[in-house]
Amino acid sequence: MSDVAYEAVIGLEIHVQLSTRTKMFCGCELGFGEPPNTRTCEVCLGLPGALPVANAEAIHFGLMIGLALDCDLAPRSIFHRKNYFYPDLPKGYQISQYDEPLCRGGKLGDVRIHRVHLEEDAAKLIHLGTSGRLHGSEASIVDFNRGGTPLAEIVTEPDLRSAEDAGEWLRLLRTTLRRLGVSDVNMEEGSLRCDANISIRPAGTHELGTKTELKNMNSFRFIERGIRAEIARQEALLRAGEPVVQETLHFDPRTEAITSLRSKEEAHDYRYFPEPDLTPVGITDAMLERARAAMPELPAARAERFERELGLPADGARLLAWRTELGDYFEAALADDGDDAPEPQALANWLNELVARIETDDPAESQVQPRALASLAAMVAGKRVTQNAAKQVLDRLVAEGGDPAAIVEAEGLGAIGAGDELEPVVQQALDANPDVVAKLSAGDMKPIGVIVGHVMRETRGRADGGAVTRIVRQKLGL
Amino acid sequence: MTDAVALTAAQAAAAVEAGDLDPRELFEAYRARAAADDLNAFVWVAGEAPGEPASGPLAGVPLGVKDLFCTEGVPSQAGSKILEGYRPPYTASVVARLAEAGAPLLAKTNQDEFAMGSSNENSAFGPVLNPWDRSRVPGGSSGGSAAAVAAGLVPWALGTDTGGSIRQPAALCGIVGLKPTYGAVSRFGMIAFASSLDQAGPLTRDVTDAALLFRHMTGRDPRDSTSIGLPEEVRLPSARRLDGIRLGVPDDLTGEGVEPGVMAAFEAALDRARELGATVERVALPHADYGLSAYYVLAPAEASSNLARFDGVRYGLRVEADDLLTMYTRTRHDGFGAEVKRRIMLGTYALSSGYYDAYYGRAQRVRTKIAEDFKAAFDAVDFVVTPTSPGVAFELGAKTGDPLSMYLNDYFTVPMSLAGIPAISIPCGLSEGLPVGLQLAGPAFSENRVLDAAFALEQALGFDGSGARQ
Amino acid sequence: MIDREQVLHVARLARLSLSDDEVQQMAGELSKVLGHIEKIAELDLDGVPPTSHVVEVPNALRPDEPRPSLPRDVVLAAAPAVADGGFLVPSPQAG
Repeated sequence: MSDVAYEAVIGLEIHVQLSTRTKMFCGCELGFGEPPNTRTCEVCLGLPGALPVANAEAIHFGLMIGLALDCDLAPRSIFHRKNYFYPDLPKGYQISQYDEPLCRGGKLGDVRIHRVHLEEDAAKLIHLGTSGRLHGSEASIVDFNRGGTPLAEIVTEPDLRSAEDAGEWLRLLRTTLRRLGVSDVNMEEGSLRCDANISIRPAGTHELGTKTELKNMNSFRFIERGIRAEIARQEALLRAGEPVVQETLHFDPRTEAITSLRSKEEAHDYRYFPEPDLTPVGITDAMLERARAAMPELPAARAERFERELGLPADGARLLAWRTELGDYFEAALADDGDDAPEPQALANWLNELVARIETDDPAESQVQPRALASLAAMVAGKRVTQNAAKQVLDRLVAEGGDPAAIVEAEGLGAIGAGDELEPVVQQALDANPDVVAKLSAGDMKPIGVIVGHVMRETRGRADGGAVTRIVRQKLGL
Repeated sequence: MTDAVALTAAQAAAAVEAGDLDPRELFEAYRARAAADDLNAFVWVAGEAPGEPASGPLAGVPLGVKDLFCTEGVPSQAGSKILEGYRPPYTASVVARLAEAGAPLLAKTNQDEFAMGSSNENSAFGPVLNPWDRSRVPGGSSGGSAAAVAAGLVPWALGTDTGGSIRQPAALCGIVGLKPTYGAVSRFGMIAFASSLDQAGPLTRDVTDAALLFRHMTGRDPRDSTSIGLPEEVRLPSARRLDGIRLGVPDDLTGEGVEPGVMAAFEAALDRARELGATVERVALPHADYGLSAYYVLAPAEASSNLARFDGVRYGLRVEADDLLTMYTRTRHDGFGAEVKRRIMLGTYALSSGYYDAYYGRAQRVRTKIAEDFKAAFDAVDFVVTPTSPGVAFELGAKTGDPLSMYLNDYFTVPMSLAGIPAISIPCGLSEGLPVGLQLAGPAFSENRVLDAAFALEQALGFDGSGARQ
Repeated sequence: MIDREQVLHVARLARLSLSDDEVQQMAGELSKVLGHIEKIAELDLDGVPPTSHVVEVPNALRPDEPRPSLPRDVVLAAAPAVADGGFLVPSPQAG
């Protein structure tokens, strides 16, 4: 019994704040970090008599998401009221979609999409601690700036099987959404939030186990760790012969502890009913056409193109395409019509070198212009600078920007080829290592690295390793 | 000048236009009357005339506005204690529109709390008295508006109608009340009772005034998704005859529980209509009899949600407590009156898990059937006519102990609300010295024809409303 | 029709505190009204679509254009309790 292998079944619910200019149902501008309650009006404060009017751009973004996820777009969808009391919910209900959402079905990568719907975000509760004004009890304040921000909720089918899969798929989703330009998809700022529904079952079986819902994990790292921890918790329960209880859970990334989020007495009954203040959304041909026209090339298609047109290996192509900013930088560098266009694979390698050297996710935010990286790659390919020297040039570019050719010139980092300049240095290296020369002469080529290393040291990496080997062979008559 | 308040609103506007009447004097004359009100019709009266004399087609003829319309800086409580002292930071679209057309705000009128009631006895400000007989109710929920217009304390007033809240008090006070097609008038800034049913409309001394006020109320408002306006401009009515007009009296709606005096006045009015050339026939509305039941599911359900925002957090009353749940429940317990609590409970129950299909879902389907009934009826007749209310104004307190008997007041008015169609109540006679209303309903957006027919009948009936004015 | 327990459950959903007397009275009144409403159970409504909106106004949407927000002092003026620019409430956790 105890050696049964378990398999996890994971579905995700992702809330994405849409980057429209204004809120879902009123004209208040979206913001981030403004003083509390400075981006509010009668509608998003739920003042008596105020009425919502849906933001056309949010619907447009919703359609774009639906198209990107290959969903069926509902010709007619309606908003519902989800009723519950909470201080961050000014009307006592959230306007959401229920049984007639904007999009149904669909697929991204290997994961099927259940539905995509639109709703409004809740406000922000800020815990104050003990306040004298409320008889010494715990108090909070409510800031309605965020309240009413448009959200798209994306619900997947339970097609994921591990924490790592979930993390990787979520990255693909994030890139897709970023590529669409419909959201900042920033988990730290809360514009992308993820809940996971998790159950486990004996591997090879098909019946679903009891699922738990892990709430609001706010970074990719926490999501993977949270899911791993919950899978482990469920496994431990089952192995101990105890049942998994269906509940909503919170993962504390500091302690790795998983705790139940809702008190049992609060059995939720949201009393959904059609929102009478809003009329149905009917998707017209013009709306569809506009959404289609706005679709950029999506990561999956881009990766395929990188493979097909540029000859990149599948892994490398995905690496670039699934991170929009890398793909964009890569293509910008590739498109550079400098004297000599870089070779795609070499450029991709140099882009990796660059990414490893910068702190931002987006290389476009670094000092290194795509044009500079392209010309550096071309200089290496043309053997005008060695790999090693080029890395030094890149360090300089990262630190202060500029033109690689100029840096090579100014620093004297140009490659030393097979000519007169290199020969004496090689000779010097041979002279300094008679024991190595003896081995080489005896046909044991292994220690040639010593000679090459010596030359590299002397030339600060500017020498071409192949040329050094050639000169050694020549000199020793090998 | 002494008889300025004797003029109808349209007459007063014409007198101002002609230079025979100073709009500031008109405002002041009404202001003095409103300030001296002893019917409890008002919850707020302007301290002075607006600084700028109003201009525009309504020529400064001042307006009474039901409390539930938000008016910037002016108390707007919807007759509820839970909004004690609340002064909104914005003005309802329809009030703003009328102010722009030249009808300045004179007073806010008393009403049943959150428009829930048929007697105006559910107001936090106390009941309104019927000017015809001060021991009786004016009807509700727009009771303050109806009583004030009937008593000549305001030239005209705004009300709202969810299941009869304009028509029924208009009938009980012997004035004209129009519930427009759902969507004809913006609801933005109207404190909601039941969003899919609420409509603002005029309460006036005669049909011409109703048409004039309505003309400047209707229109699409980008701030109300459900507003659509009217496809044509509202005309002032002029018909004198009803030749060729077919009036349908619903088989399924008459008879039950109607007071004989009301039925007699109604029948007499139908005779008048025949004299004007109309034919009167029976018409089937097979589901109308189920209207009240459907209404008392749908309206409370929507209300239970609409009233969730009154939670003691952002405005209005709060009963302080150490924990959130107690703050919520005590605030709402103390802030809402008995009828509002009853409807919140009823609506919450009807939407709750396990009951939705049996109540809310079914009621929405009944609504579909009732709308279809009316569509079919209007293939056969031009208008459907009924008594507005089964009875005349009743004694204060007579029905407060029995919610169901109170609800039955809406029996004739609710089906039109569910179908979203326009209906007008005009006074058609007296029973036991109290006014009786006749309701005339037409297809959606047929307000011009409804007003014309009502005008012709009004002229022929020659109802004398002076019994309410002192 | 509707008993004490149900009244208490619904009152909790609706965030209404009710005294014992009020619960008793509410149960009686609601039962009577529900008895009348039961009438709609008689009808055969199979295949009848529900009406949520009596007048169809499709796509009454709003362009994504900002409108000025309300000044904060106006927003907070009506609030029963305020602190640090926000609406002060007892913490939900403490409830």
